[in-house]
Amino acid sequence: MTTTELPDTEGAAPQTLSTDRRPRFRLPFSPWHLVLIPLTFLLIVPLLWMLITSLETEGEANRFPPVLLPERPRFANYSEAWAAAPFGHFFVNSALVTLVVLASNLIVCSLAGYAFARIRFLGRGALFVTLMATLMVPFQVTMIPVFLIVKWFGDNVWAGLGIDHIGALMLPNLATAFGIFFLRQFFQTVPVELEEAARVDGTSRLGVLFKIVLPLSLPAMSTLAALTVLTSWNDFLWPLIVITSQDQMTIPLGLSYFQGAHRVKWPLLMAANVMSLLPMLLVFVGAQRYFVQSVASTGLKG
Amino acid sequence: MPARVATSPRSSVLGRIIRSDNVSGWALVSPGVVLIGIFGLLPVLMSLQLSFQKSDLLTPETPWVGLENYRKLADDPVFVEAIKHTIIYTALFVPGTMLVGLLVAAAMNRSLRFMSVYRTAAYITMAVSTISQGIIFLWLTDRDYGLVNAGLRAVGIPSQSFLASPSQALFVIVAMTIWGWTGFSVIVYLAALQGVPAELHEAAAIDGASAFTRFRTITVPLLGPANLFLLVWLTINALQLFDEVYATTRGGPLRATTVIVYYLWDRAFVHFDAGYAAAMAYALFVVILVITAIQFRLARKHVHSS
Repeated sequence: MTTTELPDTEGAAPQTLSTDRRPRFRLPFSPWHLVLIPLTFLLIVPLLWMLITSLETEGEANRFPPVLLPERPRFANYSEAWAAAPFGHFFVNSALVTLVVLASNLIVCSLAGYAFARIRFLGRGALFVTLMATLMVPFQVTMIPVFLIVKWFGDNVWAGLGIDHIGALMLPNLATAFGIFFLRQFFQTVPVELEEAARVDGTSRLGVLFKIVLPLSLPAMSTLAALTVLTSWNDFLWPLIVITSQDQMTIPLGLSYFQGAHRVKWPLLMAANVMSLLPMLLVFVGAQRYFVQSVASTGLKG
Repeated sequence: MPARVATSPRSSVLGRIIRSDNVSGWALVSPGVVLIGIFGLLPVLMSLQLSFQKSDLLTPETPWVGLENYRKLADDPVFVEAIKHTIIYTALFVPGTMLVGLLVAAAMNRSLRFMSVYRTAAYITMAVSTISQGIIFLWLTDRDYGLVNAGLRAVGIPSQSFLASPSQALFVIVAMTIWGWTGFSVIVYLAALQGVPAELHEAAAIDGASAFTRFRTITVPLLGPANLFLLVWLTINALQLFDEVYATTRGGPLRATTVIVYYLWDRAFVHFDAGYAAAMAYALFVVILVITAIQFRLARKHVHSS
C-alpha cells in the first residue's frame, strides 16, 4: 500500500505550502477519518435504512418525517416474510444453481485453459479467437435463441433441463469464454520446467494439470470462483425469462415476485430483502480478498 | 513447446495419433467448446436468422419476412424513445460512476487505522443484487415516507415524486446504479492508484506542487488504463440496463425509463414478438461494437499504457 500524502517535511525547505498550513495542534487521529467516516456512512445508508425499516411496524414505516429508530424492534417481520413465500426453496435453488455452475466452470475452464496455454494442437489459434469473440456478444443478443435451445433440451433430452426447471438456469452457464481466457492467462505464467520434468517421468497431461498446475493456481481459481459465484447468485434476467413456478425460483427472482405481492408493506419487504442479501453479504465479507482480486484482475490484466 | 510424440519409442501410427498433442488438446478443450458453441456461438447465428423471421417462441412456424423487422424498428417511436433514454442514462451513469469511484478511491488510498472497514463498506455495494437495490431505492425515494424526501424537507425543499415522476425517474435510476457500481469502480481505481509511484509525488511536493496539482498532473494521467477499462466496461453494462428498471419502474411512468433492453424483453417475452426483438438485439449489438471501437480508438490517442 502506498500513501499519496507527502511524508513529514519538517526538516525540509520551510517555504513549502504544506508546512505553513499545518495546524499548530495535532488531532489524536488522522484528519482523514473526518472525511472517511461520513463518506462511508453515506455509502451504507441504503443498507442501514433497509435494516432499520425491516425492524419497524407498518405504522412506524408509514410516518413522515420517518422514524429513525423503531421503538421496539419487530422481529416478527422476518418470520412473517419467511412464511409468506417459500424463501427456503429460493435459497436451496440459488445454492444448487451456483454450486453446479461453479464446479462446472472451474473444471471445464481449467481443462480448456490449460490446453490453450500449453498444448499445441491443430486449430488452436482459430478456436481460441472464435471463443473469445463470443465475449463481445451481449447476452441480450443470444437470450432468445438460448431460450429456444434450452426449450429443445427440455423437450428432447431431459425435462429437468428445460423451461421452468432450475436445470435451465445451470445449462447455459456451465462454461464461460471468460473463465477459459482468464485461466489460460494464469497458466501461462506457471513455470513450464516443472511440467516438463513430470512429463518426462511419464505423467499424463491430466496428471500434470491436476497434480502440478492447479495446486499452483489456487489464487487464480479462487478469483474465478468469486466472480462466478457473484454472477450466478445475483443473475436475474435469465431466471426471469425461463422460470415461472415459485418452487423453481432463485433468490433474486423470488424476491422480485415477493415484491410484486407485497408492494407497499415496506417492513415486510425489507425483512425479505435482508434475508435475501445476507448469504451473499457474508460470503462477500468473508472472501473479500478474492472478490476484490477478481475485479482488479479483470480491470488491469484483462 | 515441441511435440513429444517423436521421442516415444514404440509408436505405431494409431498410437501416435492417440498420443499426439492434437488429440489431448482437443479432448481437453472439447467440453468447453461444445458448451460455448451451443450456448454462445450458435445463438448468435440463430438470432440473426430470427431477426428475418416472424416468431412467437411457441409455434414452430416462423415465416420469413426479410427486412421487415428492421424496417419496423426504424419507424417505431417507442424504440426511438428507448434509444434516447439509453443514451441519456449511459451519458450520465458512466462518468458519474467513474467520478464517484475515483474520489472514494483517492480518499481511501492511504494506510490508516480502520481503513479495511471503510473499504469493505465501499466494496459491499458490489454484492447487493440489482433487485435488492431496486427495492431499497424505491423505499428510500418514496414520495410520502421516503428518507430522501425527509432530508430534502429538512433543508427546505418540497417532497419530490422521484421514481413516480416521468421527468425524474431516469435520473433516480442513474443515481441508484452509480451507488450499485461504486464498489466495483473503487476497486479498479484503488488497484490503479496503488501502482502510482510515491517518489513522483514526493518530488513534485518538494517542488511546491499542491496536493490538487499533484493529483491532476501525476495521478490522473497514470490512471489511463483504469479509466479506459471502466469507460468501456461501464458503457457496455449501461447499454444493457434492465434489472434495476424492472425492479423499480417497469419502464414507466409514461415509458420514461423504457430503455432498449427493457423494451426488447417486453417485445420478446411479454408480447412474444421474438423476430422483432431479435432485430432489436442485433441493432444493440452493432451499437455496442461501434461505441467500443470508438472508445478504443480515442483511448489509443490519449492513454499512455505502461
